[in-house]
Amino acid sequence: MSVTDPLTDYDIFDRDYVLDPFPVQEAIRESGCPIAHTERWGGSWLPTRYEDVVALAQEYETFTSRQILVTAPPPQQAEGAYAGVAAPPISSDPPEHHWHRRLILPFFAPQAVAKYEEGTRDLCNQLIDRFVESGEGDAAADYAQQIPVRVIATMLGVPTDLSDTFTGWVRGVLEAGLTDPKIRLESRMKILDYFKEQIEDRKANPRENDLITTLLNSEVDGQKVPEEYVHGVCNLMLVAGVDTTWSAIGASLWHLAQHPEHRRQLRENPDLWPMAIEELLRAYAPVTMARLVDHDVEFQGCPMKAGDRVLMAFPAANRDPRQFENPDEVILDREHNRHVAFGAGIHRCAGSNLARLELRVALQTWLARIPEFELVDPESVTWAGGQVRGPRICKVRF
Amino acid sequence: MKVRVNDGACHGHQMCAIAAPEVFGSDDYGNAVVLIEGDLPADLEAKARRAEGNCPERAITIEE
Repeated sequence: MSVTDPLTDYDIFDRDYVLDPFPVQEAIRESGCPIAHTERWGGSWLPTRYEDVVALAQEYETFTSRQILVTAPPPQQAEGAYAGVAAPPISSDPPEHHWHRRLILPFFAPQAVAKYEEGTRDLCNQLIDRFVESGEGDAAADYAQQIPVRVIATMLGVPTDLSDTFTGWVRGVLEAGLTDPKIRLESRMKILDYFKEQIEDRKANPRENDLITTLLNSEVDGQKVPEEYVHGVCNLMLVAGVDTTWSAIGASLWHLAQHPEHRRQLRENPDLWPMAIEELLRAYAPVTMARLVDHDVEFQGCPMKAGDRVLMAFPAANRDPRQFENPDEVILDREHNRHVAFGAGIHRCAGSNLARLELRVALQTWLARIPEFELVDPESVTWAGGQVRGPRICKVRF
Repeated sequence: MKVRVNDGACHGHQMCAIAAPEVFGSDDYGNAVVLIEGDLPADLEAKARRAEGNCPERAITIEE
């Protein structure tokens, strides 16, 4: 059924919306009612103004993280051996959220993730080696998709040669699984089965400098952390660390393929890179999260009920002209850029420094090897959307 | 000009350190720390203002 009024009937899985959500978000934002509502997919609210999205993120007692995907989990998820395994700290609320997050933050500080730069650059070069001679390649499938999954596998101490398997599981949760509960549940179980084995292996054979071993041995208030917490962190790192960064890399290459002036700017002024990365993250923020309303509340005139889902539309916030001048234009040296591609408040993406590093190294390596390139056919580019938006097929020639 | 990170307001975006790496850094948890106590050298003032304008939490205060 096609969408007639986005204010009351938006559909985040609609083909046109996935392809280009910004006109719909703008129509909602500039209407008298900048927070839309839909009954589709179990119902949700869609705030589109920067100020509202940031305010929602700060009010974590009302807008809880008990469910954070854009559609509800299948009821069976609350049954069986893994019923208590969530995805801390993204799925945690205070007060537990504090230690759930504090234990993992040191792994993701800028100085901690710097050690992955060289390996990421080598990986990017190897990927380019595979297609560079042919004069054509798929910037999404052959390149962007291949990078974050291997970096995360390295960080978790699991085999990088399973990357296609991991990618399939993650897509099962974040792509197909959002509208197909069976796929979502099966993919979740495969991920949790796999990491259960990894945890048992680390308990039998502890490893040096190993994230899973370190977490298993960590203590809070003199007590070892529950195994379910470690299991959940592994789940989160895989699910949150793959599609997201892959989408940011792919969307940025899709942009650069169409903007020779931006390629030239980056070539002529390498000092621009750090700010340019932030601008690409603003314009092509891949991730929309969700919050669950804890108790009946009126937010900006909207009567939200306990159990309602609110979509944290960070991509829409990042295009709000009240916050960003010429928001639809990519301005690589944008002076003021308080973008929320990584969210805001206590749930700011824990992996943001790693994601940035991957994005920068992936783009720098590509432009060093393939300075000039263009889309083979703009119409043939395919996009995934819903929770994480980014190109999945993006053929370029050079 | 002096800069300050407001207590409890920083959530570790690190966008200040990206805009002004001479002025802001990171603690072990990725939260912002001010690297220059006291008055900033004049040539870092523009960068410090940019850092303030890039913080999504509005956690940075500039004292002129």
